[in-house]
Amino acid sequence: MDAIGSKSFPLVALAGAATGVVLSLQTRDSLTRFGAKAMLPAVIVFSLIKESGPVITGLIVSGRVGAGIGAELGSMRVTEQIDAMEVSAVNPYKFLASTRVLACFLMLPLLTLAADASGILMGWISTTLSQPMTLQLFLHSGLKNATLNDFLPPTFKTMVYGLIIGFVSCFQGMRTRGGTEGVGRSATSSVVLSSLFIILADVILVRFIQVFFPS
Amino acid sequence: MRAGNTMADQSKNGRNEAPLVVSGLHKSFGSQKVLNGVDLTVARGETVAVLGKSGMGKSVLLKLIVGLQQPDSGSIRIHGQDIVRIGMDQLNEIRIKIGFLFQQAALYDSLTVEQNVEFPLVRHTTLSNEERKKKAHDLLASLGMEKDLDKMPSDISGGMQKRVGLARALALDPDILLFDEPTSGLDPITAAEIGQLIVKLKKERNMTSVVVTHDVHGAKSFADRLVLLREGKVVIDGTFGQLEKSPDPFVVQFMKDAA
Repeated sequence: MDAIGSKSFPLVALAGAATGVVLSLQTRDSLTRFGAKAMLPAVIVFSLIKESGPVITGLIVSGRVGAGIGAELGSMRVTEQIDAMEVSAVNPYKFLASTRVLACFLMLPLLTLAADASGILMGWISTTLSQPMTLQLFLHSGLKNATLNDFLPPTFKTMVYGLIIGFVSCFQGMRTRGGTEGVGRSATSSVVLSSLFIILADVILVRFIQVFFPS
Repeated sequence: MRAGNTMADQSKNGRNEAPLVVSGLHKSFGSQKVLNGVDLTVARGETVAVLGKSGMGKSVLLKLIVGLQQPDSGSIRIHGQDIVRIGMDQLNEIRIKIGFLFQQAALYDSLTVEQNVEFPLVRHTTLSNEERKKKAHDLLASLGMEKDLDKMPSDISGGMQKRVGLARALALDPDILLFDEPTSGLDPITAAEIGQLIVKLKKERNMTSVVVTHDVHGAKSFADRLVLLREGKVVIDGTFGQLEKSPDPFVVQFMKDAA
Protein backbone atom coordinates (compact mmCIF):
# COMPACT_ATOMS: atom_id res chain seq x y z
CA MET A 1 0.00 0.00 0.00
CA ASP A 2 2.94 2.29 0.70
CA ALA A 3 4.50 1.57 -2.68
CA ILE A 4 1.22 1.96 -4.53
CA GLY A 5 -0.43 4.66 -2.44
CA SER A 6 1.91 7.11 -0.77
CA LYS A 7 4.63 6.81 -3.39
CA SER A 8 2.14 7.63 -6.15
CA PHE A 9 0.77 10.60 -4.21
CA PRO A 10 3.19 13.31 -5.46
CA LEU A 11 2.72 12.33 -9.10
CA VAL A 12 -1.08 12.12 -8.83
CA ALA A 13 -1.28 15.43 -6.94
CA LEU A 14 0.92 17.10 -9.56
CA ALA A 15 -1.20 15.74 -12.41
CA GLY A 16 -4.37 16.87 -10.63
CA ALA A 17 -2.88 20.33 -10.05
CA ALA A 18 -1.89 20.68 -13.70
CA THR A 19 -5.38 19.64 -14.76
CA GLY A 20 -6.91 22.24 -12.46
CA VAL A 21 -4.74 24.99 -13.97
CA VAL A 22 -5.44 23.89 -17.54
CA LEU A 23 -9.18 23.69 -16.89
CA SER A 24 -9.12 27.21 -15.48
CA LEU A 25 -7.10 28.61 -18.40
CA GLN A 26 -9.02 26.81 -21.13
CA THR A 27 -12.58 27.30 -19.94
CA ARG A 28 -12.29 30.93 -18.85
CA ASP A 29 -12.21 32.25 -22.43
CA SER A 30 -15.06 30.01 -23.58
CA LEU A 31 -17.27 30.89 -20.64
CA THR A 32 -16.51 34.62 -21.06
CA ARG A 33 -17.51 34.32 -24.73
CA PHE A 34 -20.89 32.84 -23.73
CA GLY A 35 -21.39 35.25 -20.84
CA ALA A 36 -21.12 32.53 -18.24
CA LYS A 37 -17.87 33.55 -16.54
CA ALA A 38 -19.47 33.17 -13.10
CA MET A 39 -19.78 29.44 -13.80
CA LEU A 40 -15.98 28.98 -13.91
CA PRO A 41 -15.58 27.58 -10.33
CA ALA A 42 -18.44 25.11 -10.89
CA VAL A 43 -17.03 23.97 -14.23
CA ILE A 44 -13.59 23.37 -12.69
CA VAL A 45 -14.94 21.56 -9.63
CA PHE A 46 -17.47 19.43 -11.53
CA SER A 47 -14.98 18.52 -14.26
CA LEU A 48 -12.45 17.44 -11.69
CA ILE A 49 -14.62 15.44 -9.32
CA LYS A 50 -16.80 13.80 -11.95
CA GLU A 51 -14.29 12.88 -14.64
CA SER A 52 -10.82 14.43 -14.84
CA GLY A 53 -9.69 13.52 -11.32
CA PRO A 54 -10.71 9.83 -11.44
CA VAL A 55 -9.49 9.19 -14.99
CA ILE A 56 -6.20 11.03 -14.58
CA THR A 57 -5.56 9.16 -11.33
CA GLY A 58 -6.32 5.84 -13.03
CA LEU A 59 -4.02 6.56 -15.96
CA ILE A 60 -1.17 7.91 -13.80
CA VAL A 61 -1.33 4.90 -11.46
CA SER A 62 -1.56 2.48 -14.36
CA GLY A 63 1.62 4.03 -15.76
CA ARG A 64 3.56 4.11 -12.53
CA VAL A 65 2.24 1.12 -10.58
CA GLY A 66 1.16 -1.08 -13.50
CA ALA A 67 4.63 -0.95 -15.04
CA GLY A 68 6.19 -1.59 -11.64
CA ILE A 69 4.05 -4.63 -10.88
CA GLY A 70 4.47 -6.04 -14.40
CA ALA A 71 8.25 -5.64 -14.27
CA GLU A 72 8.61 -6.87 -10.69
CA LEU A 73 6.56 -10.03 -11.13
CA GLY A 74 8.04 -10.55 -14.60
CA SER A 75 11.53 -10.38 -13.16
CA MET A 76 10.55 -12.84 -10.42
CA ARG A 77 9.14 -15.17 -13.07
CA VAL A 78 12.22 -15.22 -15.31
CA THR A 79 14.61 -15.64 -12.36
CA GLU A 80 12.53 -18.61 -11.14
CA GLN A 81 11.61 -16.88 -7.87
CA ILE A 82 7.94 -17.60 -8.52
CA ASP A 83 8.78 -21.25 -9.24
CA ALA A 84 10.74 -21.31 -5.97
CA MET A 85 7.66 -20.01 -4.19
CA GLU A 86 5.48 -22.73 -5.74
CA VAL A 87 8.02 -25.38 -4.81
CA SER A 88 7.87 -24.05 -1.24
CA ALA A 89 4.14 -24.86 -1.35
CA VAL A 90 3.21 -21.18 -1.32
CA ASN A 91 0.56 -20.04 -3.79
CA PRO A 92 2.21 -17.13 -5.64
CA TYR A 93 -1.14 -15.86 -6.89
CA LYS A 94 -2.37 -15.51 -3.35
CA PHE A 95 0.91 -14.28 -1.90
CA LEU A 96 2.06 -11.90 -4.64
CA ALA A 97 -0.97 -11.03 -6.77
CA SER A 98 -3.87 -10.75 -4.33
CA THR A 99 -2.01 -8.33 -2.06
CA ARG A 100 -1.17 -6.06 -5.00
CA VAL A 101 -4.72 -6.16 -6.41
CA LEU A 102 -6.15 -5.33 -2.98
CA ALA A 103 -3.70 -2.43 -2.52
CA CYS A 104 -4.66 -0.98 -5.93
CA PHE A 105 -8.35 -1.41 -5.11
CA LEU A 106 -8.06 0.47 -1.82
CA MET A 107 -5.58 3.16 -2.84
CA LEU A 108 -7.19 4.45 -6.04
CA PRO A 109 -10.11 6.31 -4.35
CA LEU A 110 -7.71 7.93 -1.86
CA LEU A 111 -5.37 9.03 -4.63
CA THR A 112 -8.39 10.37 -6.55
CA LEU A 113 -9.25 12.54 -3.57
CA ALA A 114 -5.69 13.91 -3.67
CA ALA A 115 -5.97 14.63 -7.40
CA ASP A 116 -9.36 16.33 -6.91
CA ALA A 117 -8.12 18.45 -4.00
CA SER A 118 -4.91 19.60 -5.68
CA GLY A 119 -6.79 20.27 -8.94
CA ILE A 120 -9.39 22.41 -7.20
CA LEU A 121 -6.71 24.27 -5.24
CA MET A 122 -4.61 25.02 -8.32
CA GLY A 123 -7.77 25.82 -10.31
CA TRP A 124 -8.59 28.45 -7.70
CA ILE A 125 -5.03 29.86 -7.73
CA SER A 126 -5.08 30.11 -11.51
CA THR A 127 -8.52 31.72 -11.46
CA THR A 128 -7.72 34.16 -8.68
CA LEU A 129 -4.58 35.38 -10.48
CA SER A 130 -6.74 36.81 -13.27
CA GLN A 131 -9.87 37.53 -11.24
CA PRO A 132 -9.17 37.70 -7.52
CA MET A 133 -11.56 35.75 -5.28
CA THR A 134 -11.24 33.98 -1.95
CA LEU A 135 -10.91 30.20 -1.77
CA GLN A 136 -14.09 30.15 0.32
CA LEU A 137 -16.03 31.96 -2.41
CA PHE A 138 -14.51 29.74 -5.10
CA LEU A 139 -15.53 26.58 -3.23
CA HIS A 140 -18.96 27.95 -2.44
CA SER A 141 -19.56 28.80 -6.11
CA GLY A 142 -18.18 25.49 -7.26
CA LEU A 143 -19.96 23.23 -4.80
CA LYS A 144 -23.30 24.97 -4.22
CA ASN A 145 -25.16 22.75 -6.70
CA ALA A 146 -23.16 19.60 -6.07
CA THR A 147 -24.73 16.55 -4.45
CA LEU A 148 -23.18 13.42 -3.00
CA ASN A 149 -24.09 11.62 -6.23
CA ASP A 150 -21.80 14.03 -8.07
CA PHE A 151 -18.91 13.16 -5.81
CA LEU A 152 -19.11 9.65 -4.31
CA PRO A 153 -19.86 7.40 -7.33
CA PRO A 154 -17.12 8.94 -9.53
CA THR A 155 -14.64 8.64 -6.66
CA PHE A 156 -15.53 5.05 -5.86
CA LYS A 157 -15.59 4.01 -9.51
CA THR A 158 -11.80 4.23 -9.31
CA MET A 159 -11.90 1.04 -7.24
CA VAL A 160 -12.76 -0.65 -10.53
CA TYR A 161 -9.73 1.05 -12.10
CA GLY A 162 -7.66 -0.31 -9.21
CA LEU A 163 -8.91 -3.83 -9.89
CA ILE A 164 -8.10 -3.42 -13.59
CA ILE A 165 -4.56 -2.19 -12.88
CA GLY A 166 -3.95 -4.92 -10.31
CA PHE A 167 -5.34 -7.83 -12.30
CA VAL A 168 -3.89 -6.82 -15.67
CA SER A 169 -0.38 -6.06 -14.43
CA CYS A 170 -0.22 -9.14 -12.16
CA PHE A 171 -1.42 -11.33 -15.04
CA GLN A 172 1.10 -9.81 -17.45
CA GLY A 173 3.91 -10.17 -14.92
CA MET A 174 3.07 -13.76 -13.99
CA ARG A 175 3.00 -14.94 -17.60
CA THR A 176 6.34 -13.37 -18.53
CA ARG A 177 8.57 -15.41 -20.81
CA GLY A 178 11.86 -14.65 -22.50
CA GLY A 179 14.33 -13.12 -20.04
CA THR A 180 14.91 -9.39 -19.64
CA GLU A 181 13.27 -8.65 -22.98
CA GLY A 182 10.16 -10.43 -21.73
CA VAL A 183 10.22 -8.35 -18.54
CA GLY A 184 10.23 -5.17 -20.65
CA ARG A 185 7.34 -6.49 -22.72
CA SER A 186 5.36 -7.30 -19.57
CA ALA A 187 5.90 -3.83 -18.13
CA THR A 188 4.82 -2.19 -21.38
CA SER A 189 1.79 -4.41 -21.91
CA SER A 190 0.72 -3.89 -18.29
CA VAL A 191 0.58 -0.13 -18.84
CA VAL A 192 -0.95 -0.25 -22.32
CA LEU A 193 -3.66 -2.79 -21.48
CA SER A 194 -4.61 -1.36 -18.09
CA SER A 195 -4.82 2.18 -19.57
CA LEU A 196 -6.96 0.90 -22.41
CA PHE A 197 -9.26 -1.05 -20.11
CA ILE A 198 -9.59 1.97 -17.79
CA ILE A 199 -10.74 4.14 -20.68
CA LEU A 200 -13.20 1.49 -21.84
CA ALA A 201 -14.44 0.86 -18.29
CA ASP A 202 -14.93 4.61 -17.85
CA VAL A 203 -17.44 4.68 -20.69
CA ILE A 204 -19.47 1.91 -19.09
CA LEU A 205 -19.15 3.28 -15.56
CA VAL A 206 -20.22 6.80 -16.52
CA ARG A 207 -23.38 5.41 -18.07
CA PHE A 208 -23.92 3.15 -15.07
CA ILE A 209 -23.59 6.10 -12.67
CA GLN A 210 -25.98 8.21 -14.75
CA VAL A 211 -28.60 5.47 -14.56
CA PHE A 212 -28.23 4.36 -10.95
CA PHE A 213 -26.93 7.54 -9.26
CA PRO A 214 -28.64 10.45 -11.07
CA SER A 215 -27.59 13.96 -9.99
CA MET B 1 5.49 -28.95 12.15
CA ARG B 2 1.86 -29.09 10.91
CA ALA B 3 2.43 -30.03 7.33
CA GLY B 4 5.15 -32.51 8.20
CA ASN B 5 2.78 -34.57 10.32
CA THR B 6 0.14 -34.61 7.62
CA MET B 7 2.72 -35.79 5.15
CA ALA B 8 3.83 -38.54 7.50
CA ASP B 9 0.26 -39.81 7.69
CA GLN B 10 -0.08 -39.71 3.95
CA SER B 11 3.12 -41.58 3.32
CA LYS B 12 2.06 -44.60 5.40
CA ASN B 13 0.54 -46.19 2.31
CA GLY B 14 3.78 -45.98 0.42
CA ARG B 15 6.11 -46.79 3.28
CA ASN B 16 7.60 -49.84 1.55
CA GLU B 17 7.98 -48.15 -1.80
CA ALA B 18 11.04 -46.15 -2.83
CA PRO B 19 10.50 -42.46 -2.02
CA LEU B 20 10.63 -41.52 -5.69
CA VAL B 21 9.40 -43.67 -8.56
CA VAL B 22 9.02 -42.26 -12.07
CA SER B 23 7.37 -44.51 -14.67
CA GLY B 24 6.89 -44.06 -18.40
CA LEU B 25 7.17 -40.29 -18.28
CA HIS B 26 6.44 -38.44 -21.52
CA LYS B 27 6.62 -34.70 -22.04
CA SER B 28 6.50 -32.67 -25.24
CA PHE B 29 6.60 -28.95 -25.95
CA GLY B 30 4.72 -28.53 -29.21
CA SER B 31 6.23 -30.93 -31.69
CA GLN B 32 9.42 -31.33 -29.66
CA LYS B 33 9.51 -34.51 -27.57
CA VAL B 34 11.60 -33.81 -24.49
CA LEU B 35 10.94 -36.92 -22.41
CA ASN B 36 9.99 -40.12 -24.17
CA GLY B 37 9.21 -42.76 -21.57
CA VAL B 38 11.61 -42.13 -18.70
CA ASP B 39 11.69 -44.62 -15.83
CA LEU B 40 13.61 -43.81 -12.66
CA THR B 41 13.51 -45.20 -9.14
CA VAL B 42 15.45 -43.60 -6.31
CA ALA B 43 15.77 -45.57 -3.07
CA ARG B 44 15.77 -44.00 0.38
CA GLY B 45 19.12 -42.36 1.12
CA GLU B 46 20.31 -42.78 -2.43
CA THR B 47 21.86 -40.04 -4.57
CA VAL B 48 21.22 -40.34 -8.29
CA ALA B 49 22.85 -38.08 -10.85
CA VAL B 50 20.92 -37.46 -14.07
CA LEU B 51 23.31 -36.74 -16.91
CA GLY B 52 22.89 -35.74 -20.49
CA LYS B 53 23.66 -33.08 -23.03
CA SER B 54 21.91 -29.72 -22.89
CA GLY B 55 18.28 -29.86 -24.03
CA MET B 56 17.86 -33.56 -23.20
CA GLY B 57 15.12 -32.87 -20.67
CA LYS B 58 17.09 -33.16 -17.42
CA SER B 59 15.71 -29.97 -15.86
CA VAL B 60 12.23 -30.72 -17.22
CA LEU B 61 12.37 -34.05 -15.38
CA LEU B 62 13.00 -32.25 -12.08
CA LYS B 63 10.23 -29.74 -12.75
CA LEU B 64 7.83 -32.60 -13.44
CA ILE B 65 8.86 -34.35 -10.22
CA VAL B 66 8.06 -31.26 -8.16
CA GLY B 67 4.85 -30.50 -10.04
CA LEU B 68 5.94 -27.26 -11.71
CA GLN B 69 4.98 -28.82 -15.04
CA GLN B 70 2.54 -31.56 -15.94
CA PRO B 71 3.64 -34.63 -17.93
CA ASP B 72 1.74 -35.72 -21.04
CA SER B 73 1.60 -39.26 -19.68
CA GLY B 74 3.29 -41.49 -17.11
CA SER B 75 3.33 -41.43 -13.35
CA ILE B 76 5.45 -39.86 -10.62
CA ARG B 77 5.05 -41.52 -7.25
CA ILE B 78 6.43 -39.75 -4.21
CA HIS B 79 6.18 -41.73 -0.99
CA GLY B 80 3.69 -43.97 -2.76
CA GLN B 81 1.40 -41.18 -3.93
CA ASP B 82 1.02 -40.37 -7.60
CA ILE B 83 1.37 -36.61 -7.89
CA VAL B 84 0.44 -36.30 -11.56
CA ARG B 85 -3.29 -35.81 -11.18
CA ILE B 86 -3.80 -34.67 -7.62
CA GLY B 87 -5.21 -31.39 -6.32
CA MET B 88 -3.05 -28.41 -5.48
CA ASP B 89 -3.53 -28.82 -1.70
CA GLN B 90 -2.32 -32.43 -1.80
CA LEU B 91 0.55 -31.48 -4.09
CA ASN B 92 1.60 -28.72 -1.70
CA GLU B 93 1.67 -31.18 1.20
CA ILE B 94 4.07 -33.33 -0.81
CA ARG B 95 6.13 -30.34 -1.90
CA ILE B 96 6.82 -29.49 1.72
CA LYS B 97 8.84 -32.70 1.98
CA ILE B 98 10.84 -31.93 -1.16
CA GLY B 99 13.73 -29.48 -1.25
CA PHE B 100 14.65 -27.95 -4.59
CA LEU B 101 17.90 -26.15 -5.40
CA PHE B 102 17.44 -24.13 -8.59
CA GLN B 103 20.16 -23.69 -11.18
CA GLN B 104 20.50 -19.96 -10.40
CA ALA B 105 19.48 -20.44 -6.74
CA ALA B 106 16.28 -18.37 -7.34
CA LEU B 107 16.65 -16.45 -4.08
CA TYR B 108 13.98 -13.83 -3.35
CA ASP B 109 15.89 -10.71 -4.27
CA SER B 110 13.89 -8.39 -2.02
CA LEU B 111 14.69 -10.46 1.09
CA THR B 112 17.95 -10.85 2.99
CA VAL B 113 19.84 -14.13 3.14
CA GLU B 114 18.31 -14.91 6.55
CA GLN B 115 14.79 -13.96 5.43
CA ASN B 116 15.13 -16.21 2.39
CA VAL B 117 15.80 -19.20 4.63
CA GLU B 118 13.05 -18.16 7.04
CA PHE B 119 10.46 -17.79 4.26
CA PRO B 120 9.26 -21.44 4.16
CA LEU B 121 9.37 -21.60 7.96
CA VAL B 122 7.10 -18.54 8.23
CA ARG B 123 4.61 -20.04 5.81
CA HIS B 124 4.53 -23.65 7.01
CA THR B 125 5.50 -23.90 10.66
CA THR B 126 4.26 -22.59 13.98
CA LEU B 127 7.79 -21.78 15.17
CA SER B 128 8.23 -18.52 17.09
CA ASN B 129 10.25 -15.71 15.60
CA GLU B 130 13.28 -16.61 17.74
CA GLU B 131 13.00 -20.31 16.87
CA ARG B 132 12.81 -19.49 13.16
CA LYS B 133 15.82 -17.23 13.36
CA LYS B 134 17.79 -19.87 15.25
CA LYS B 135 16.90 -22.54 12.71
CA ALA B 136 17.83 -20.26 9.79
CA HIS B 137 21.07 -19.32 11.53
CA ASP B 138 21.94 -22.96 12.26
CA LEU B 139 21.24 -24.01 8.68
CA LEU B 140 23.29 -21.17 7.23
CA ALA B 141 26.09 -21.84 9.73
CA SER B 142 26.20 -25.50 8.70
CA LEU B 143 26.79 -24.31 5.14
CA GLY B 144 29.38 -21.70 6.14
CA MET B 145 27.13 -18.69 5.61
CA GLU B 146 26.63 -17.49 9.19
CA LYS B 147 28.45 -14.19 8.56
CA ASP B 148 26.20 -13.12 5.70
CA LEU B 149 22.76 -13.23 7.31
CA ASP B 150 21.87 -9.61 6.60
CA LYS B 151 23.26 -9.43 3.09
CA MET B 152 21.01 -9.19 0.05
CA PRO B 153 21.28 -11.98 -2.57
CA SER B 154 22.73 -9.49 -5.08
CA ASP B 155 25.62 -8.81 -2.69
CA ILE B 156 26.91 -12.39 -2.52
CA SER B 157 28.66 -14.61 -5.07
CA GLY B 158 27.06 -17.36 -7.18
CA GLY B 159 28.51 -20.10 -4.96
CA MET B 160 27.21 -18.37 -1.83
CA GLN B 161 23.79 -17.97 -3.44
CA LYS B 162 23.70 -21.71 -4.06
CA ARG B 163 24.52 -22.35 -0.40
CA VAL B 164 21.70 -20.04 0.68
CA GLY B 165 19.38 -21.75 -1.82
CA LEU B 166 20.39 -25.08 -0.31
CA ALA B 167 19.75 -23.79 3.22
CA ARG B 168 16.29 -22.63 2.11
CA ALA B 169 15.65 -26.01 0.49
CA LEU B 170 16.56 -27.72 3.77
CA ALA B 171 14.51 -25.41 5.99
CA LEU B 172 11.47 -27.69 6.24
CA ASP B 173 13.60 -30.83 6.77
CA PRO B 174 12.70 -32.47 3.47
CA ASP B 175 13.51 -36.10 2.84
CA ILE B 176 13.94 -35.68 -0.91
CA LEU B 177 16.30 -33.11 -2.39
CA LEU B 178 16.37 -32.12 -6.05
CA PHE B 179 19.37 -30.26 -7.44
CA ASP B 180 19.25 -28.55 -10.82
CA GLU B 181 22.82 -28.11 -12.09
CA PRO B 182 24.21 -27.32 -8.63
CA THR B 183 27.75 -26.77 -9.90
CA SER B 184 27.10 -24.93 -13.16
CA GLY B 185 28.72 -21.52 -13.44
CA LEU B 186 30.95 -22.15 -10.43
CA ASP B 187 34.73 -22.35 -10.26
CA PRO B 188 36.15 -25.87 -9.75
CA ILE B 189 36.88 -25.32 -6.04
CA THR B 190 33.37 -24.04 -5.23
CA ALA B 191 31.87 -26.77 -7.42
CA ALA B 192 33.82 -29.38 -5.42
CA GLU B 193 32.57 -27.80 -2.17
CA ILE B 194 28.97 -28.09 -3.36
CA GLY B 195 29.66 -31.75 -4.22
CA GLN B 196 31.01 -32.28 -0.69
CA LEU B 197 27.88 -30.66 0.74
CA ILE B 198 25.71 -33.15 -1.16
CA VAL B 199 27.75 -36.03 0.31
CA LYS B 200 27.53 -34.45 3.78
CA LEU B 201 23.74 -34.16 3.53
CA LYS B 202 23.47 -37.77 2.45
CA LYS B 203 25.53 -38.92 5.44
CA GLU B 204 23.98 -36.65 8.06
CA ARG B 205 20.33 -36.72 6.97
CA ASN B 206 20.09 -39.94 4.91
CA MET B 207 18.72 -37.71 2.18
CA THR B 208 17.24 -39.08 -1.04
CA SER B 209 18.63 -36.89 -3.81
CA VAL B 210 18.37 -36.41 -7.55
CA VAL B 211 21.09 -34.25 -9.03
CA VAL B 212 20.78 -33.00 -12.59
CA THR B 213 24.22 -32.19 -13.93
CA HIS B 214 26.42 -32.36 -17.01
CA ASP B 215 29.53 -32.77 -14.86
CA VAL B 216 30.21 -36.53 -15.00
CA HIS B 217 33.37 -36.44 -12.90
CA GLY B 218 31.75 -34.20 -10.29
CA ALA B 219 28.85 -36.64 -10.15
CA LYS B 220 31.28 -39.50 -9.55
CA SER B 221 32.20 -37.94 -6.20
CA PHE B 222 28.68 -37.68 -4.78
CA ALA B 223 26.34 -39.99 -6.74
CA ASP B 224 25.56 -43.64 -5.98
CA ARG B 225 24.10 -44.08 -9.46
CA LEU B 226 24.27 -42.21 -12.71
CA VAL B 227 21.46 -42.07 -15.26
CA LEU B 228 22.24 -40.89 -18.78
CA LEU B 229 19.45 -39.40 -20.89
CA ARG B 230 19.40 -39.23 -24.65
CA GLU B 231 16.49 -38.01 -26.75
CA GLY B 232 14.18 -38.27 -23.79
CA LYS B 233 15.07 -41.84 -22.89
CA VAL B 234 17.34 -43.44 -20.32
CA VAL B 235 20.36 -44.84 -22.17
CA ILE B 236 22.08 -46.32 -19.14
CA ASP B 237 21.40 -46.47 -15.40
CA GLY B 238 24.32 -47.64 -13.27
CA THR B 239 27.44 -46.80 -11.30
CA PHE B 240 30.26 -44.68 -12.67
CA GLY B 241 32.22 -47.89 -13.26
CA GLN B 242 29.37 -49.36 -15.28
CA LEU B 243 29.19 -46.23 -17.41
CA GLU B 244 32.93 -46.42 -18.04
CA LYS B 245 32.67 -50.04 -19.14
CA SER B 246 29.52 -49.64 -21.24
CA PRO B 247 29.93 -50.69 -24.90
CA ASP B 248 27.07 -48.40 -25.99
CA PRO B 249 28.61 -46.00 -28.55
CA PHE B 250 26.68 -43.02 -27.17
CA VAL B 251 27.85 -43.71 -23.62
CA VAL B 252 31.41 -44.23 -24.81
CA GLN B 253 31.33 -40.93 -26.69
CA PHE B 254 29.70 -39.11 -23.76
CA MET B 255 32.34 -40.34 -21.33
CA LYS B 256 35.07 -39.48 -23.81
CA ASP B 257 33.74 -35.95 -24.27
CA ALA B 258 33.40 -35.50 -20.51
CA ALA B 259 36.99 -36.59 -19.83
